[in-house]
Amino acid sequence: MSAPAAPAIAAERLRRVYRRGSEEIAAVDDISLEIGRGSFTSIVGPSGSGKTTLVNVLGCLDNPTSGKLTLGGRVVFENCKGLSESKLTLIRRDAFGYIFQKFFLVPTLTVLENVILPFTFFKKPGADEDVGRLLKTLGLDKRAGHLPGQLSGGEMQRVAIARALVNKPAILLADEPTGNLDTARSEEIGRILQELNAREALTVVLVTHNPRLAALAERTIELRDGKVHSA
Amino acid sequence: MKKLSIFEVAWKSLLRKKTRSLLTILGIAMAAWVMVSLFGFNRGYEASLNKDIDNLGFQMLVVAKGCPYEAATLMLKGGTGLKYMKEDIAASIAAEPEVEGVTPMLMQVVFDPNKGESGGLAAYLGVDPATFPRMKQALPFKAGGWFTEPEAAEAVFGYEAAELEQREVGDLYLIPEKEVEIKVVGVLERTGTQDDGTIFLPLKTVQRIFGITELTSIGVKVQHDADMKAIEDKLYQLPDVQVVSLSQVKTTIMTLVSTARVMVLSIALIAILIAMMGVINTVLMSVMERRQEIGILKSMGAMAGDVFKLVWLETIILCLSGGLIGTGLAILTARLTEVLVRGFLPFSPSGGLVAINTGLILMTLGVVTVIGLASGIYPSWKAARMRPLDTIRSEVES
Repeated sequence: MSAPAAPAIAAERLRRVYRRGSEEIAAVDDISLEIGRGSFTSIVGPSGSGKTTLVNVLGCLDNPTSGKLTLGGRVVFENCKGLSESKLTLIRRDAFGYIFQKFFLVPTLTVLENVILPFTFFKKPGADEDVGRLLKTLGLDKRAGHLPGQLSGGEMQRVAIARALVNKPAILLADEPTGNLDTARSEEIGRILQELNAREALTVVLVTHNPRLAALAERTIELRDGKVHSA
Repeated sequence: MKKLSIFEVAWKSLLRKKTRSLLTILGIAMAAWVMVSLFGFNRGYEASLNKDIDNLGFQMLVVAKGCPYEAATLMLKGGTGLKYMKEDIAASIAAEPEVEGVTPMLMQVVFDPNKGESGGLAAYLGVDPATFPRMKQALPFKAGGWFTEPEAAEAVFGYEAAELEQREVGDLYLIPEKEVEIKVVGVLERTGTQDDGTIFLPLKTVQRIFGITELTSIGVKVQHDADMKAIEDKLYQLPDVQVVSLSQVKTTIMTLVSTARVMVLSIALIAILIAMMGVINTVLMSVMERRQEIGILKSMGAMAGDVFKLVWLETIILCLSGGLIGTGLAILTARLTEVLVRGFLPFSPSGGLVAINTGLILMTLGVVTVIGLASGIYPSWKAARMRPLDTIRSEVES
């Protein structure tokens, strides 16, 4: 009998403490959790609950203060001093794709150029073979030659998703991806994330304030004061 | 699937703020323009001065004692002789063993009411038909030839003088004020020197017409291997004369010019520094405005070195574009620069003053590239050090 596949992300007693003068603020306070491969997890909670800090640490955008973080069975942090920025970059580009509330598209590059921009710096073998399919999946194939200024908000976020996925990451981290969109566009983005998770077996971690969007996930983790309130 | 090169990404980043990029490029272009024109001027001026001196045909000029700067200018420009010297000085000089030959000259000027709209000065150079043509063998004739009789009422017109007076060989010419008619026996080809505007007459004829028995200058040709300094010292023993050697003329003029050159060089240096600050400012502003985007680039796999390279490349593109435009402008406006520079200089040789060649263009482009590399270091370093978390945090904090 083969061993069960390691979770995409495993956190053990993860803490992230900030200092403000003499005061210590634990934005992430002793959190342990597992996010399975190919799962769709949403992280919810009120403002200041530590959602973004948690996702930054899970996504290797930031070093934890203490605890252990494992990605696909590989230990990334274990009560060690923080990793250098270049080591974090190497981990990030291998494992993660990110989307944020703002789309951060380059206004002078076309849709296609924005999507393939990551290849300028790093390209996983064979990643470029599926760009056409990716654009089609996201309904961007007919907009490939347009500039971001000619797109709607929903289309721009779809371009950001395509850009995040072009290097075939195992995990997509989405931090308030619908914060700038109306209800219809928000639902459209939610559906796309759901489809990518179901069809491509992509692990999706979604941070949101939007309960309708959070409900699309198969599991919801609620944070309060830097701790897991319910999971 | 094609891949965007880092050059394309850098280029398109600059396009997003077209006006700002263009103004920065123009700043660099101005600096490059000044630089090419200045160095082109240095080369051109010296070459033209050497050409003028070579065309003089003699290596020393003996004039009546006076201001050496005035004498230097007179020698090349052919101005009026403010002071006179005795004719027998020529014989004394010719007697020196190191001297190969001498040619006495007398310059006279009259007011010609028919010249231009409100009249102007007409200058006549009396030269010795026996010695002057031998020393000025380089002077080519368009038509006719030198006068041969020592007291002939004949003249040789420089190219421009003939054009101005509309005279050809065989025509008669009336000297204003003196009401003396002379016959044109030769017209020179254009030489690009002061000879173009000169009317040459036999020395004795000028002396007779103007009632002067003295000289304004004596051209001295020395032996090929003679010690110029020694001869100069020897000629200074003659009473009331000033000796101007060609090397002295050149040094005097170059000293005068170098003052202007140092000033222009300082201006060029300041222009380059200002342009450099402009580039740093533009690229730094662009980096600060795009910090979130740089954060995204780093989150998608760009290493610090990639970001450094990208921003550095943007700086180099700005500087090289400016360099190319500035060099082009310098080439296109070389003639205009020449006219402006002539207005500022105490003496300008008659040939081209600005000489721009491939070496100078490559040197300028090299300098602006180095400026680009130097100006880009700080903004590139700043961009490379950005952490994605710091740059996008404000957008995702909850």
